[in-house]
Amino acid sequence: MITRRLFAGGIDRRVLTVILLLLAAAVIVPVLHLAVPPSSPFHVPNYIVALTGKYLTYALLALALDLVWGFCGILSLGHGAFFALGGYAMGMYLMRQIGTRGVYGNPDLPDFMVFLNWKELPWYWYGFDQFWFAAIMIVLVPGALAFVFGWFAFRSRVTGVYLSIITQALTYALLLAFFRNDMGFGGNNGLTDFKDILGFNVQAPGTRAALFAASACALAFALAVTAFLTTSKFGKLMIAVRDAESRTRFIGWRPENVKLFAFVASAVMAGIAGALYVPQVGIINPGEFAPANSIEIVVWTAVGGRGTLVGPVIGALMVNGAKSWFTGVLPEFWLFALGGLFIAVTLFLPKGVVGAYDQWRRSRRDRAARKAGRPPAGEEPTPGTNDVQATPSSSVRSGPSSGGAEPQPAE
Amino acid sequence: MGRKDTILYLDGVSVSFDGFKAINNLSLVLAEGEMRAIIGPNGAGKTTMMDIITGKTRPDTGEVFFDGDIDLTRHDEADIAVMGIGRKFQKPTVFESHSVEDNLLLALAGPRRILPAIFHRSSSAEAERVEAILQTIRLTGRRYDPAADLSHGQKQWLEIGMLLAQDPKLLLVDEPVAGMTDAETEETARLLKDIARTHSVIVVEHDMHFVRELDVKVTCLHEGSVLSEGSLDHVAADERVIEVYLGR
Repeated sequence: MITRRLFAGGIDRRVLTVILLLLAAAVIVPVLHLAVPPSSPFHVPNYIVALTGKYLTYALLALALDLVWGFCGILSLGHGAFFALGGYAMGMYLMRQIGTRGVYGNPDLPDFMVFLNWKELPWYWYGFDQFWFAAIMIVLVPGALAFVFGWFAFRSRVTGVYLSIITQALTYALLLAFFRNDMGFGGNNGLTDFKDILGFNVQAPGTRAALFAASACALAFALAVTAFLTTSKFGKLMIAVRDAESRTRFIGWRPENVKLFAFVASAVMAGIAGALYVPQVGIINPGEFAPANSIEIVVWTAVGGRGTLVGPVIGALMVNGAKSWFTGVLPEFWLFALGGLFIAVTLFLPKGVVGAYDQWRRSRRDRAARKAGRPPAGEEPTPGTNDVQATPSSSVRSGPSSGGAEPQPAE
Repeated sequence: MGRKDTILYLDGVSVSFDGFKAINNLSLVLAEGEMRAIIGPNGAGKTTMMDIITGKTRPDTGEVFFDGDIDLTRHDEADIAVMGIGRKFQKPTVFESHSVEDNLLLALAGPRRILPAIFHRSSSAEAERVEAILQTIRLTGRRYDPAADLSHGQKQWLEIGMLLAQDPKLLLVDEPVAGMTDAETEETARLLKDIARTHSVIVVEHDMHFVRELDVKVTCLHEGSVLSEGSLDHVAADERVIEVYLGR
């Protein structure tokens, strides 16, 4: 009954609420930023727009990780790599837009290449002066890397902690590679000093507002796509692979293909997040590939609640909000606080904030049902009287999925 | 018997793990539509034999043919499952966080590619099939409950139901009544006999009472090869079988 109700209603109601909130924010925040005078208490200042815009790209990144970790059981400790690659693709486009306004005034070569005495643009920089080309690369490069990596890893049946370790190695290898000046991506300093995006000044309030709106819309769209994916038969298959991989094989499915699809889709989402992140922070450098960054993504997702879709979004916003506040007040203690938070969540909220909330709702509903002399939910569907109360928490239960039982480690 | 008329044909199969011969020159033939019970003490190679048939383990030597002329040693688990061999594990393995219905839907015969799974819409034909299986395995009332909430015996039945949903030609059933009550055991024997009317079945079981209930040809394995074969009374009367079971 519960499953049927969920599917009749389409997407989980909670996901829908978050999507609508994001779309509303995409309209309201730019309006409050641009149209309301700075003297008004409703004015949203510049730094808030930039900061929350950045958080939204982090939320998209956490959602990407949730798709593979929460639903498919792949604990990737290298998702920062896909984020950074998308960011670099966007950064290359922004570098080419500088044109003659650079320090050396070279119309073709970015400043760092002139500085390194390069005479010609390397072949892999061709096409990045066009936005459409960069847009394709933002999706293609992380997707292709995830495909090649996943193809070999999943086919060789590398699972669990071993897979986590090689994803970590992947991002570390890329970190070292991008640090090299010879790579042609600006080495240690990365890409920065951006001027224009699509002909608009990246620093202008209007552009900032537009980037914020784009980030909110991208996140809303990604939520809709992941909600669709996870409630489809493919979504059930992902959970089946997560919980009992070899069983899926013996009923004829190929878990490696299921994982590969999820991994590539997730990498593409991470790449888009990176591309939206770079123009808002104004720089991309190899530091984004740092293994610690990828682990931080895992913390956001775990804090919010993996396998819940809205959890990672909330987790990313909460942890980063705390980070901004903490690094202002007690900068040297932030890493301790982050580590402590992760330990606390693992010990006391293994399902994250959203998962814990669901559990609380369910137990309260069961208690109420017992008091009223009805059998607890799950035993017998209770139509009619209990309907209003039952709907939100029942969508939670089957909520796309992760619902009832806890995610189990792969064998 | 010629290979052509068989559903399963194992000839001279051997496999060893680190020098230990788990299967030693095993030959076994199952006719189309036959049900066979396999018994044998622990370590006789029963589960390894199933691993070989389902593609999980590759034999070192020997031939394994399915349906007359399909060489199973050239295919992997997913291929073999799609070709029509279903397997129930010794320890019941179902998708615990899915509902009973979803467990069956995932096992249901059909395309096994990713894109059709993403855009899949449930049809009434599917619903009917699931309904019929639920009735067969007596879980109609638990349709929307998570599989994790089922009792041990019910999980065993759900797994048998998943086998039926796959609609295989050959079913490999590993210890279906382990941990079941007497009533459940009898029920399971009835269910398997029912299934055997339209499928070929291999049942591995320790429970002699259950094997007697099935009333089919019995093969006794020991140290990776066939020790004795025939009716249960014949096998039970075999000196060597008694020796193996009682110790020498």
